[in-house]
Amino acid sequence: MQKMMEKRALELLGDGTVNRVLGWSAGDFIYDVTPAVFKTAEEVQDKFLYNDFCGANLSKYLVKESRKEGKILVFLKPCDTYSFNQLIAEHRIIRENIYAIGVECFGKADEEKLRAKGITGITGIEMKDGTYTVHTVYGDETVKAYEVMADRCLSCKSKKHVAYDELLGSEGEVVEDCNRFDMVEKLEAMTPDERYEFWRGELSRCIRCNACRNICPACTCEQCVFDNPNSGVSQKAAVNSFEENMFHIIRAFHVAGRCTDCGECSRVCPQHIPLHLLNRKFIKDVNTFYGEYQAGENPEAKPPLGKYEKNDIEPGEAGGAKA
Amino acid sequence: MKKLSLAKLNDFFAAVAAKETLYLPVNNNVGKAEYKKWESGVEMSSALNTVRSAKDFFFPQTENLMEFKMTGKSVEVFDTREECEDFVIFGVRACDAASFAILDSVYLVDPVDSYYKSRREHGTVVTMACSKPAETCFCGTFGIDAANPAGDVTVWEVEGAYMLRANTEKGEALLASVADLLEDGCEKCVEEAQAKTRAILAKLPLAGLTTEGVGVGKTKELFDHPAWASLSESCLGCGTCTFVCPTCQCYDVRDFDTGNGIKRFRCWDSCMYSDFTKMAHGNSRNSQLERFRQRFMHKLVYYPDRNDGTFGCVGCGRCLARCPISMNIVKVMKTLGGKN
Repeated sequence: MQKMMEKRALELLGDGTVNRVLGWSAGDFIYDVTPAVFKTAEEVQDKFLYNDFCGANLSKYLVKESRKEGKILVFLKPCDTYSFNQLIAEHRIIRENIYAIGVECFGKADEEKLRAKGITGITGIEMKDGTYTVHTVYGDETVKAYEVMADRCLSCKSKKHVAYDELLGSEGEVVEDCNRFDMVEKLEAMTPDERYEFWRGELSRCIRCNACRNICPACTCEQCVFDNPNSGVSQKAAVNSFEENMFHIIRAFHVAGRCTDCGECSRVCPQHIPLHLLNRKFIKDVNTFYGEYQAGENPEAKPPLGKYEKNDIEPGEAGGAKA
Repeated sequence: MKKLSLAKLNDFFAAVAAKETLYLPVNNNVGKAEYKKWESGVEMSSALNTVRSAKDFFFPQTENLMEFKMTGKSVEVFDTREECEDFVIFGVRACDAASFAILDSVYLVDPVDSYYKSRREHGTVVTMACSKPAETCFCGTFGIDAANPAGDVTVWEVEGAYMLRANTEKGEALLASVADLLEDGCEKCVEEAQAKTRAILAKLPLAGLTTEGVGVGKTKELFDHPAWASLSESCLGCGTCTFVCPTCQCYDVRDFDTGNGIKRFRCWDSCMYSDFTKMAHGNSRNSQLERFRQRFMHKLVYYPDRNDGTFGCVGCGRCLARCPISMNIVKVMKTLGGKN
């Protein structure tokens, strides 16, 4: 796949279709891959990389990059295409300045899970028939893919590309029986006290680094309310735990109906807080109350929380646990 | 050199904790190590390092400085400081132990930060030599020896036992207080363990990383280096690197309006944030390139310039493991040094 992508990048740069390529750049280790804009063929040949650790969703970079001069080539995994579409729907990226190539994805590996299995010194990784062969400085190791795959990929909602100019590999299909609401259901079944304890346990680890917000393709405000010194809420460490909870809850509310469930928030959290669960609760509720809706699936669709219909559910009818 | 049989480890922790609060790395609910208070039944983590560094003990993420209460036209000021009690931190790695000296060079020079000083005076640091350094480790680049960490007491794990060496008066006092649990140690065992660790350290992928190209006197050469643009290009401007960093030392002082008064607190700040060093005239660093450059210039050039060549990084590797986009100080050093 990497060879095919590199070939297309060089061709499109060469014939002037694009003047930049947004992709992933190789690092010191096989897993420390950095999103990067490549401007020349040499840069592509030298550093361009696509492997099982290229988890970063590149679509948010297009907010800035699509406003620069010339067309940019971007490689999008299936889940990234949902974010891409959502950003188009919100008029945050300029579609005509982008050439999008969809690339197949069968799930990305989680380097920390590999490490937890005692697999270190990784120099290469290949997947075949649900098994990874991991090359390490200590020899090859084989491991079942589901054991070391990123959590978000284990409950992948769709392997379908919903937006592209060109595809490398198959278009893919929506995963009908993904288990992504399992944990939400468990949380719903808890008593309010149990649920409060769960979230305090998770959110109390927050260090207010804002990585979840800054990586989030749905968080593209020019200035976040938490960055406004006059808002009365803090962007940095909070004075008390109430504020620390509120940051995440407010953010989840703000992206409700717009979050595509790309899972970047939980991927980047240095404290491993399962932030995606807040978003999934909203996605599940939107599905329940307004009918099945997947943000980013269709940029023309009216968002359920952005329109009004006479038979919309009344707040009192939504239920919910009494405290 | 003293020896503690691992069979007596819990007795040792209990004895220390009976006199002062003992903190040690413990696995949290997601299996990652963080410093927690030792209580009976608490097990020490076997992780190489904690997600957050040990600087939290001396420079906590938030702390209340004072409170004000307004009644009519009068303002009352309250000192909210609590008397700091003696405490012990167990299991600090060489990198984090070295970070304390860097924090000291900021907080213990005139004007001395009394909040920080009090915690430093009351804390005893027990370090743990590394035996299985990770591929993200590069403390050696900054002259730190993972096999011989600083601290008030240094601990080495050798077959079934800990070897303990007191390095300071505080350390001697700590070991004396648990003397009945200790036996005479074995210098040779420690030397063997050190040799093993050093052999691994020499083979690590970042073992050859040098500070060539950065350091004292490089401001003019590096400030306008063209590579800052590409290095900072995909930086998210989050504060992850800063907040997991054991040497990042910047803070903000903020007032929290409680409705009938003010809580003045300080909290960690990040040079990656858009309001960092925002003053009356506005902000001195308006682009992410400038903010990104500040963080690395501070650690690799400005700090050594003012501190006899000592670098402001200890090579713990946390930013390598945690940066959401995998951009980090190693990539910066390699690029500025012409290796990338």
